[in-house]
Amino acid sequence: MQFFWAFVVGGAICVIGQLLIDYTALTPARILTGYVVAGVVLSALGLYQPLADFAGAGASVPLLGFGHLLAQGVQKAVEAIGLPGIFTGGLTAAAGGIAASLVFAVLAALVGKSRDQN
Amino acid sequence: MKLDPKRYAEMTRNATPHSPVLKDCLWAFFVGGAICLLGECLRQFWLQWYDTELAGTLTSISLIFLSAAATAAGWYQKLGAKAGAGTLVPITGFANSVVSPAVEFKAEGWVTGVGAKIFIIAGPVIAFGTLASWVWGILYWVSTKF
Repeated sequence: MQFFWAFVVGGAICVIGQLLIDYTALTPARILTGYVVAGVVLSALGLYQPLADFAGAGASVPLLGFGHLLAQGVQKAVEAIGLPGIFTGGLTAAAGGIAASLVFAVLAALVGKSRDQN
Repeated sequence: MKLDPKRYAEMTRNATPHSPVLKDCLWAFFVGGAICLLGECLRQFWLQWYDTELAGTLTSISLIFLSAAATAAGWYQKLGAKAGAGTLVPITGFANSVVSPAVEFKAEGWVTGVGAKIFIIAGPVIAFGTLASWVWGILYWVSTKF
């Protein structure tokens, strides 16, 4: 059942993004940025964790989940070390994804050739 | 056959292809959903050995690796032309936004090309995400004082 809800919830979150593309002038960069900030806000309001419990990767894989990760990281760090945690918590939680993107991107640049984006 | 305006409107409606928005949304739903389903499979796989937090991180890293490979091969962009937000919104879209400029700007050199352009889209995402989480951190810290 978890697999089914991951598919449906993840798909639904992507449909919201598609509606933003079709009905607004937002560029992909703005949509991604908006999703991450929205994820932080939803997580701060306590709304995202229940969705993550329910839908698993359906909630954590879309970029809203990246915002949730940042917000949760900050929250845990504040609980553990107090105020300095507001600086260390977010990126510590997100470090795996960011570092992996960087490393694999440079590897791809090593082996890949520039190509027409269309 | 005599055509009154009402009948004509009905025929037009039946002959018109479905709205592109509906088609776009179906693509986004099924491709985005499929990527999340793949993510859930990977998550269950990593959960056999690791706790929820680490399994989540490893799921992201696995998807980022797959996205980087698909981007370098040119497949992710082809899928993205159809799937729109279905390939943009998942973490694989974030990875694609890092890998694409890295490959694209290789011609401009490793430092000023790859290094400088690698975060051209991911940069704002990380900057504003971190800023928002910092603001939340302050609010949360204040809330723990009461």
